[in-house]
Amino acid sequence: MRRFFLIAVPYMWLLALFMVPFIIVFKISLSDTALAIPPYTPTLDFAAGWQGFKSFLSELDWENYVFLTEDDLYWKAYISSFKIALTSTILTLLVGYPIAYGMARAPHEWRATLLMLVILPFWTSFLIRVYSWMGILSQEGYLNQFLMSFGLISEPLIILNTNIAVYIGIVYTYLPFMILPIYSALEKMDESLLEAAEDLGCSRFTAFWLVTIPLSKQGIIAGSFLVFIPALGEFVIPSLLGGSKTLMIGKVLWEEFFSNRDWPVASAVAVILLLILVIPIILFQRNEQKQREAEG
Amino acid sequence: MALDASAPWEDPEAKPVIHFQNVTKRFGDFTAIDDLTIDIYEKEFFALLGPSGCGKTTLMRMLAGFETPTEGTILLQGENIAPVPPNKRAVNMMFQSYALFPHLSIWENIAFGLKRDGMSKHDINERVDEMLRLTRLEQFARRKPHQISGGQRQRVALARSLAKHPKLLLLDEPLGALDKKLRQETQFELMDIQEKTDTTFVIVTHDQEEAMTVASRVAVMDHGKIIQVATPDAIYETPNSTYVADFIGDVNLIEGKAAGQDGDKLKITWAEGQPDIIGTPTTEFSNGQTVHFAIRPEKVSITAEKPEKANCLQGKILDIAYLGNISTYHVELAGGKVIKAQTANNRRLSRRSFTWEDDVWLSFTDTAGVLLER
Repeated sequence: MRRFFLIAVPYMWLLALFMVPFIIVFKISLSDTALAIPPYTPTLDFAAGWQGFKSFLSELDWENYVFLTEDDLYWKAYISSFKIALTSTILTLLVGYPIAYGMARAPHEWRATLLMLVILPFWTSFLIRVYSWMGILSQEGYLNQFLMSFGLISEPLIILNTNIAVYIGIVYTYLPFMILPIYSALEKMDESLLEAAEDLGCSRFTAFWLVTIPLSKQGIIAGSFLVFIPALGEFVIPSLLGGSKTLMIGKVLWEEFFSNRDWPVASAVAVILLLILVIPIILFQRNEQKQREAEG
Repeated sequence: MALDASAPWEDPEAKPVIHFQNVTKRFGDFTAIDDLTIDIYEKEFFALLGPSGCGKTTLMRMLAGFETPTEGTILLQGENIAPVPPNKRAVNMMFQSYALFPHLSIWENIAFGLKRDGMSKHDINERVDEMLRLTRLEQFARRKPHQISGGQRQRVALARSLAKHPKLLLLDEPLGALDKKLRQETQFELMDIQEKTDTTFVIVTHDQEEAMTVASRVAVMDHGKIIQVATPDAIYETPNSTYVADFIGDVNLIEGKAAGQDGDKLKITWAEGQPDIIGTPTTEFSNGQTVHFAIRPEKVSITAEKPEKANCLQGKILDIAYLGNISTYHVELAGGKVIKAQTANNRRLSRRSFTWEDDVWLSFTDTAGVLLER
């Protein structure tokens, strides 16, 4: 009985905070827009009883999903989001791996401080940090002022409101999520393994490639998912740093919901996004489980 | 007896595999190796023995190439190896932690070094199979290191480091992680493998019993210096200093003064009210010079009656350490000095002749002990 209770608590939590909202969103995605509050029909009327519920169900249909396939904006936005998320994940990995490596090889007494520095940006609001990038990247921003004062460029670079600014924003924001799992994998690694590899005929580089990289694989995979999953649905960064050409599904969703007030289509977009995300989330879970098994 | 291959260090013509010439290694202010010169010969099983921090591991890491000497040269078959990086040396090392690659199977671990040499697939297969047979690991080839026992892991590490036919194999505390019984078995296995492969082995250990069992020669180290290099029996029976005598096995040390030579015997006065000890010196002692008399407990007899021997001392039994096969008696002499005497328990315990507080006689011959200057 007690065991049942223990299991029931997290399941109740999931049911209340995930399943119920999802069912509501899914129901809205099957409805039609209406000039009403809430801005869709049908709404469930409990007073009408069983008959009312039946007519309520008959009014639900898949036409919003059909609409998503008809207008190419949506699938282009999905593909573009996928590309941006993938590119920024790779960029984050390229930036994050050397940092994690440096931290794991740093003297013991420094590691806690370095770890602290990686986490430190979380202490200020995410929104403010993204805004401050606008100040850095804009045409009159600090970066251009700096480069021009040294005469490295004569014309200001146009970075803000392009995809490059989105990449910078995503890499900056999600870097800790990449660094931490890789660091924890590298820190556990026994340094004598590298000496053994060298002793057996590896150069420093091949030892890194044949020993360090495979042994940090779980960290790389975990970090990549932790960046890719939120980056795919990212809304704030592309809308603040990206330009009119930056097409991301999070932005489309927001416009559909707030500018267009088309809740049913917005819900359909969200449901599809969730289905797309389920795949990497399952892969991520499997990776975590494999890692636990390897350690156990 | 002619000089044979089993004792190349006695042959002035023999060429050493390894030659350390005045090697010094400093880490900042700390001198790990202090002006050390030593030769290691082919097919030797050479043990570096000493307490932790004595520099034995540094010595080995210099051979492997992970450290370079601050001063002096190290020659491998006549060639200076200082500029050769570890991956280009014909020296392999078995690590204390074994350092097996956890992401690779046993087979791949052993093949790792061979693949780096660009050997053909067929040759690699053959060599790995040979190493698996040598270390009796055939049925574990496909397993990962975490799926086998500690003793098996130790054998994988050995197989991996031997696979490349090194001229010199370095073993860093190879049996430290095994329990006592397994360690003893593995010691004999190591000797067997060393003989079969005809490789020169250098083993680093702090366990004197292990060094004595496996090695053809033992170097006792302290504070970056080699105190004595000799065969295990010579180290045990004729230590050159009280440090070596004390480090290897159990010993009674009595400090006294030389009190007159009589033929090849020397009298040592050491305590008031106690008879002089008569010993056989191997070096000259002038009258009045300090002499350290070292005698192993098993060379001290314990009897109830005074026997007819060159040295007899009377005392009272203070403690008995019963170790099964032997018993060690701690006997307190009149002046308070405690002498250890050992007897083999060839009788059952119930018929033991002595017990606590018994008055006994300790005796030993005039050749049983060693006379040391320091």
